[in-house]
Amino acid sequence: MELTTVWFLLIAVLWIGYFVLEGFDFGVGMLIHVLGRNDRERRVVVNTIGPHFDGNEVWLITAGGATFAAFPEWYATLFSGFYLPLLLILVALIIRLVAIDYRSKRTDLVWRQRWDLAITVASAVPALLWGVAFGNILRGVPIDADAEYVGGFVNLLNPFALLTGLVTCSLFLTHGAVFVALKTDGVVRDRANSFAAKIGVLAAVLTVALALWLNLSHGSPVSWATTVVAAVGLLGGLAANRRGREGWAFVGTATAVAFLFITAFLVLFPNVMPSSLNPEWNLTISNASSTPYTLTIMTWAAAIFIPIVLAYQTWTYWVFRKRISVSSIRDDADRPEPARP
Amino acid sequence: MSAETLARWQFAITTVYHFFFVPVTIGLAILVASLQTAWVRSDQDKYLRLTKFFGKLFLINFALGVVTGIVQEFQFGMNWSAYSRFVGDIFGAPLALEGLLAFFLESTFLGLWIFGWDRLPKKLHLMTIWLAAIGSVLSAYFILAANSFMQNPVGFTFNDARGRAELTDFLALLTNPVVLVTFPHQIFGCLMVGGAFLAAVAGFHLLKGSEPSAASPQTVDSPAFQASKTRELSTDSGAGAAAGQGSEAHTWRTALKIGAVTLLVAGLGVLVTGDMQGKVMTQVQPMKMAAAEALYETEAPASFSVITIGTPDGQRELWSIKVPHLLSYLATGTFDGQVDGIRELQAAYEATYGPGSYAPNIPLTYWTFRWMIALGVAGMAAGAFLLWSIRRGRELRHRLWLPLLIALPLLPLFANSLGWIFTETGRQPWLVFGLLPTAAGVSPGTTIIEVLTSMITFTALYGGLAVIEVRLMLKYIRSGLPDTTPQPVDEGEDVPLEFAY
Repeated sequence: MELTTVWFLLIAVLWIGYFVLEGFDFGVGMLIHVLGRNDRERRVVVNTIGPHFDGNEVWLITAGGATFAAFPEWYATLFSGFYLPLLLILVALIIRLVAIDYRSKRTDLVWRQRWDLAITVASAVPALLWGVAFGNILRGVPIDADAEYVGGFVNLLNPFALLTGLVTCSLFLTHGAVFVALKTDGVVRDRANSFAAKIGVLAAVLTVALALWLNLSHGSPVSWATTVVAAVGLLGGLAANRRGREGWAFVGTATAVAFLFITAFLVLFPNVMPSSLNPEWNLTISNASSTPYTLTIMTWAAAIFIPIVLAYQTWTYWVFRKRISVSSIRDDADRPEPARP
Repeated sequence: MSAETLARWQFAITTVYHFFFVPVTIGLAILVASLQTAWVRSDQDKYLRLTKFFGKLFLINFALGVVTGIVQEFQFGMNWSAYSRFVGDIFGAPLALEGLLAFFLESTFLGLWIFGWDRLPKKLHLMTIWLAAIGSVLSAYFILAANSFMQNPVGFTFNDARGRAELTDFLALLTNPVVLVTFPHQIFGCLMVGGAFLAAVAGFHLLKGSEPSAASPQTVDSPAFQASKTRELSTDSGAGAAAGQGSEAHTWRTALKIGAVTLLVAGLGVLVTGDMQGKVMTQVQPMKMAAAEALYETEAPASFSVITIGTPDGQRELWSIKVPHLLSYLATGTFDGQVDGIRELQAAYEATYGPGSYAPNIPLTYWTFRWMIALGVAGMAAGAFLLWSIRRGRELRHRLWLPLLIALPLLPLFANSLGWIFTETGRQPWLVFGLLPTAAGVSPGTTIIEVLTSMITFTALYGGLAVIEVRLMLKYIRSGLPDTTPQPVDEGEDVPLEFAY
């Protein structure tokens, strides 16, 4: 296999790792108020991702760095072209991370409620916008002969990209609810369970619509096959969720997220950013890539360190495998807040 | 204003801001790991309390370091896409490795450390903070290797057909003479900040503890504080004081000594490596050394001016205090060495690179260079004075200690900022020295409105976060040492998490 293909695969792996992991982080963040009706319950929800969300975000940093290293032209065109959406995503990621870190640093309930609102909004924005960004990459955007994006902002808000955004958003909500059900006990678990069942149906409908649109316009037999795996994953996950088998439900939604993006990268290959103006101006794995020398070094580094990272991150999930519940959280808020029914 | 100027301002604002948190993170990571090591080895409760206390402050700071770092990773692509295309083959690799080798290690093991107090065996838990600290130090190496390429491009060839620089020798990139001296200089700089922070916070509590109204109710606003106060009373009166557990004041004195000694030793390291750095800089970027002294004419021997009053453009001096031979020594290692002047270098660069101005902003480089040294040395002096003032059980009493203690960590911190402002502005007009002018690096397609939007957004957001973080920091500094006696647990209930968001 050519090195550029290897690196297309590795970049795909990093992005898929990011969306599978941070996908449930986003879902959990959006669901704080839905699954937690008082401060202690909301803390249960947040703390399901407490030990992990920082490490999960590094998948994005590494995906960005690796894109810079392996496909500098892709990195340059993508991030200078999608300027304003990326700015919004960055602002949201900043606020979200600080909000999770700082929400319980004071016992003041108003302080905590404000940060919780921030977590909700700042999780929804990237969940939606990453989908919009990938939708646009798949659809092709105006890229000129100098590999510069010339489409402006409004051009990014087209039906296909917006549908992709809704798919990632609803899929991450399902994935997050299933994760909370897997990691908690008691009332939060029950709520997460029933919410996942409802939002999962919406996610399934949207995902099927997007998959049909994508495959009918760009599909190949392989991408149809991976789409089927994604659909089976999601439906199987929902079935498992209905029976209270949360481990399997999580495997199902994780498969759905992973295979949705595998399908996307398959459809994209060998382009990395197709031009809607002229196919000759497509950014491809060949014309966007670094030298074989750099790719060789990076391949060695990735071959050694990605498995190590996967091993120690998996270990953290093992260390914190125990379910948490309201009794795991010390009640330290200033005044007791009555639990709403 | 052009998009280029705005993009430069944005980079300056976001990077200088990001770098307020970096030295605190790296310095405190190493110090907190050391405190925890002392606890594991000696089993003395004071080290555990200090680990937890400074660990909390470390985490409040770390959060902002991480989020402002995310912007750095994407800003090259957003505002500097031409630069990204030009150097991606070289510059991208250390950035990717920083994520893969350093940030994963740092973030994952920090998560384990934060939540692992009651989940992991003692020694394994100690290992997690060390791995996080190693991650932060490693990240410094990779990003400095990337930056050093911009100061002194090595291990590359220029590809005419693709109009970009391409990597030919990865080892040369990682062993760039600039990174070899900058890395220790930076790590010592971080330790100075961490040490000064430890000493200042401990000094603040000693000062507060020596006041007659130390337990006045207005500061008693958190349960942790109350718990620690009760505990202090009980240990001071001897009731329930376990062996090896000193009083609150004794614990703070330990922290102050560790912090001040770290500050002084790291300060010496900064001086030695800074001196080495000056000589490397003179070899690879002679213009930057000339700019640091505002030396227009070549001199041998060259003197170093401690302070100068000159014309506003810095071209003519009116009055100055000079140390003869010092610049020769700083630049060349000999007291009579020749130091090239700006005019001569300008002529040489014009001959090589064509017409244009090749000198950076001279007053800026001149003063940032001096203030960097001055603040660093002042920080060391303050640390030494603090250490001397608590000798043989003496107490901090004078009310002038408060402003001095507040200034103590800020001195080395701002010295760090000034050092970087000097290094980066001193490289101008180059983005990559000798290869790519700064003006050629900006994104051609980005509009002024876009850059202005992001600059205003980041500046406003960062400003707001600064207020929140400083307040939170002060609250936790005031709340004092945490109680480390195990909490009673009701039978039949789940054990509450030792830490939770």
